[in-house]
Amino acid sequence: MRALVIARRELYAYLRSPLGSAIIAAALLVDGILFYFASLDTKRLSAQLLTQFFYDSSAATMVAGLLLSMRLLAEERQSGTITLLNTAPIRDRDIVVGKFISSFGVLTLMNLLTAYMPLMVYIRGKVSVGHILVGYLGMILLGAAVTAIGLFASSLARSQVVAVIIGAAMVASMILLWVVARAVNPPFNTFFSGLALHHENYRPFMVGTLQFDRVAYYLMITYFFLLSATKVLEARRWR
Amino acid sequence: MIEIQELYKYYGDRRAIGPLSTSIAQGEVIGLLGLNGAGKTTTLRVLACDLLPTSGSVRVAGFDVVEKPDEVRAKVGYLPDRPPLYDDMTVREYLAYAARLRNVPVGSVKKRVADVEELTEIGDVGNQLIGSLSHGFKQRVGIAQAIVHGPELVVLDEPISGLDPVQIMEMRELVRGLRGAHTVVVSSHILTEISETCDRILVIKDGRIAWSGTETELSATLKQGMHIALTLYAPGSSTQATADKARSALSGMPSVREVEVLEPAESGEGIASLRVAVSSDVRAEVGKGLVQAGLGILELAREKELESMFLELLEEGDEHAGRKRRKKKQADADAALSEPSAKSTEPS
Repeated sequence: MRALVIARRELYAYLRSPLGSAIIAAALLVDGILFYFASLDTKRLSAQLLTQFFYDSSAATMVAGLLLSMRLLAEERQSGTITLLNTAPIRDRDIVVGKFISSFGVLTLMNLLTAYMPLMVYIRGKVSVGHILVGYLGMILLGAAVTAIGLFASSLARSQVVAVIIGAAMVASMILLWVVARAVNPPFNTFFSGLALHHENYRPFMVGTLQFDRVAYYLMITYFFLLSATKVLEARRWR
Repeated sequence: MIEIQELYKYYGDRRAIGPLSTSIAQGEVIGLLGLNGAGKTTTLRVLACDLLPTSGSVRVAGFDVVEKPDEVRAKVGYLPDRPPLYDDMTVREYLAYAARLRNVPVGSVKKRVADVEELTEIGDVGNQLIGSLSHGFKQRVGIAQAIVHGPELVVLDEPISGLDPVQIMEMRELVRGLRGAHTVVVSSHILTEISETCDRILVIKDGRIAWSGTETELSATLKQGMHIALTLYAPGSSTQATADKARSALSGMPSVREVEVLEPAESGEGIASLRVAVSSDVRAEVGKGLVQAGLGILELAREKELESMFLELLEEGDEHAGRKRRKKKQADADAALSEPSAKSTEPS
């Protein structure tokens, strides 16, 4: 499968460039600091501490997801190497999927490296394994959605900086849909809160509740933006 | 090998190419010649399936570029004007990556990479990072990636761009080495390059094929005759007087069509350079006439024809541009004559 050839090359690029390591290190540092301050509150129950951890980590996941995905297609266009992919016998969807797998893989690795914090709560407190697993599933799904949005933004821009700005604007808009939901009357409030990237859709994972409609939401968002990025690549050949 | 019929490509409202129709046989080495903006790169990108045509039909090895792009891409190797190289990879890693992208079986990748490294003479830098290579080696790696999968058609866009003379010679040999095993389409605006390496020339102008054929056929078509470059010397005369004397000596010759005064090719009092358009090879008569007129001949040479043919072809139907170019050339020459101190040793 050609997508895996591309994914392998991208993973290799993350390992060789300091950017990937720097983003992961910074995100882990922020996660650790936030967890430390959250754990200072001795009145908090261990389940509440775990919920707070998944809330804080989601922010680091979203920022890291955008930063990791900004270069995926924008850099290829800027350096002209996109021509190598465009003229190889591979589908545009394979290019997009290959790029996505690499960035999502690095982001998931980053998420898994935070596991020592919930494990400490598990050992010293009273939380279920299910809470931890569901929380991580939510973080990974959120990471997939943000990576797909970042990849789509990267397909639109030639510059990585522009790509990350577009991606950040899209993610921020989708997060703030819960504010819109509060300002409008039924049934539109349900519609907007159901579309919000973080608030209503992520909260169940934070507290350890697995809801399949929330899983489906993140999978659909991921699919939609990967499809959009593919369409951008296809459309560019006709321009 | 390639069949193009009524091809059009628009960028927005702007027509980049079209209508463009031609066919290229298997094993031919074709030179795509044209000024910047003529549509060469767009044509090559369509052939390589990097761009899709707005309308018309392009078939490569029997496959349509719109209906069967993957089949076409598998049979085409493409070197764009800016080689698509990853600076953070070594040459060997990069070529292996390009081979895997183009469906080379996993077991054959190593051998294919070794083969193209040998062919393009980049084996010595195989383990170096691409970012650390010279421009010449980068171009070679670019060609290596284009042929690593053994394509039937190799498309090279300005392969000698930015190379030094030694690298140009090496690149020319490399392109010649592709002859036979591949059909090759090379674009360039360096005219001698095309005549040195290609079997046939396609001249592109305003997105259309203005002419197609060999250099000899082109000469016959235009009934161009030839151009003679002269550098003359008249002792005790000014540069202007030497040029005037030469003009009057040449004007009586029936084969002489036009005399153009250029900036003197050498410095010195009484030295003038001219370019003479003649309808046949009358170099001996021209030399004799000039000597009889009391002029010393420092240089009398037949100009490389392709460049003048190319310019004439492009000026056909575009008389305004042609006149403007000639007028500017004449004005430059006049300015040079009126300022003898600003002489140049560069040939005009």
